[in-house]
Amino acid sequence: MAKVVAVTGNEACANALRQVNPDVCGIYPITPQTDMMQRFASYIADGKVDTESILVESEHSSMSACIGASAAGGRVVTATSSQGLALMWEMLHIASSDRLPIIMPVVNRALSGPLNIHGDHSDAMGARDTGWIQIWSENGQEAYDNTIQAFRIGEHMDIRLPVMVCLDGFIISHSIERMEYLEDQEVRDFVGPFKNFLPLLDIDKPKSYGPLILTDLYHEYKRAQHEVMTKVKDVVLDVAKDFEKLSGRKYGIFETYRLEDADIAIVILNSAAGTTKDVIDEFRDKGIKAGLLKPRLFRPFPFDEIAEALKHLKAVCVMDRADSFGSYGPLFMEVASALYPLEKKPLLMNKIYGLGGRDYLPSHAAQVISELHESAKSDRINTRKEYIGVRE
Amino acid sequence: MAETVEIRWHGRGGQGTVTAAKVLADACLSGGRHVQAFPEYGPERAGAPLRAYNRVASKELRMHCPVLEPDVVTVVDATLLDSINVAEGAKENTAFVINTSKSPGEVRAKLNAGPKQRVVTVDATKIALDCFGRAMPNSPMLGAVCKVTGLISIDHLLEDVRKSFGKKFSQKIIDGNLEATKRGYEEVKEG
Repeated sequence: MAKVVAVTGNEACANALRQVNPDVCGIYPITPQTDMMQRFASYIADGKVDTESILVESEHSSMSACIGASAAGGRVVTATSSQGLALMWEMLHIASSDRLPIIMPVVNRALSGPLNIHGDHSDAMGARDTGWIQIWSENGQEAYDNTIQAFRIGEHMDIRLPVMVCLDGFIISHSIERMEYLEDQEVRDFVGPFKNFLPLLDIDKPKSYGPLILTDLYHEYKRAQHEVMTKVKDVVLDVAKDFEKLSGRKYGIFETYRLEDADIAIVILNSAAGTTKDVIDEFRDKGIKAGLLKPRLFRPFPFDEIAEALKHLKAVCVMDRADSFGSYGPLFMEVASALYPLEKKPLLMNKIYGLGGRDYLPSHAAQVISELHESAKSDRINTRKEYIGVRE
Repeated sequence: MAETVEIRWHGRGGQGTVTAAKVLADACLSGGRHVQAFPEYGPERAGAPLRAYNRVASKELRMHCPVLEPDVVTVVDATLLDSINVAEGAKENTAFVINTSKSPGEVRAKLNAGPKQRVVTVDATKIALDCFGRAMPNSPMLGAVCKVTGLISIDHLLEDVRKSFGKKFSQKIIDGNLEATKRGYEEVKEG
């Protein structure tokens, strides 16, 4: 039986981790993730979980501890944000290339400098090439559901990869919303017992992780990482199917909203997608056929499926809450690559919004939809890349 | 109830405004309703002006941005009336709930409120001091908001205050806050 609660995104993820009851958790606090790990530390202290906590002196050490514990043969979690994720950078590559299914909620926050604690996607986008699976979440419910599903995805015997579950800092991490919790036993049954694969603590069969390989095999090793990513999509969909049976909540590799018969669409991640959906309804009432696509699985990126979902549109705006300075926003680059093989492509524009916690307002979505509507009519776009919501 | 009720709270750090928004959200969960409660995060200092928001709706809440056009504006600290525009974005029929010893008429004149806008006052700080000896006006303000919005019954709200405060405080403080919530509900003045 589901339990209806009003909780923050951080609280929801901490509860998901409690319900899974992992073996080891690397803990280092950083705003706005602090509250999640603080709550989980309370569960440990109160004996609500059997997890062994490893309190460390930095996020680099936290990820290192997770790597050690995971290679030893444990089910391992941690969580971070912003500078913390940045400091983990070299260890993130080691976790994924050692094929260690560490699960890590990432509470998305801007990167310094200047110092800013608020939400944007610069942190996780900076980690998109680290070989981790990335799943993005619109609200607390999705963050909770995705955290639970992440264990089944990362730990799948055909996959064995670490997973980041991304949720917007403050906007979701610190906002109370209505959501539904599954029962503890339901979560434990869904996730199942941890299956080991080449654990270091199996001392009868000694092995090494991460030894030196040079020009002889490194290239092949990386190709294997590429190969395994091609299998992730199907596993994500299978896990989502099982999760729907349990919860009634449906997940895919992306979500579409009023997209099928749309002429124009916005592609956008996380919490801003919800605000955009409300504005799309207003435009639909005025007879303007707008729609939305919200990626859930960002790594691996489902190029073919997204091209298929967008190919009928006249104009698309990809909205990024992060920038690759001197290039386009990271989500735009993926969508542009996805659309390139099509013979007939929608017009494509890129808007950068909401950096460092700047509010994304309904008026911003309305401005973009109006511009898309004009572009579709005139068959031309004004600016390929533009910052919106800028104080002039 | 309208499909969605949006509330903006104005308070100062340390007055329990964020807690009030959280308790209200929790209390409004009943009947399958959707709720949001979230503060605006700035430098968190005691005494600094802050805003918090609630949305309560019969359908799923997808909007994730501050409340721009509030149905209810709650001012937990009347000194804010002199320093910020609490009526920003107010609608033709917005209700103002103000913690003050002044009469609704005086506050109405100060806010320059329109004919369809409701102005409700409650001396929440005095009630708090009477009931538990601290100038923490959040629980009487919750009672006043409960009365003005009709979102939940007072008995339901009291149960939620008991639950929320019960985690942190002694029985004496909990009883004081329950009494203060009830008095806030009963002592609102409208004009």
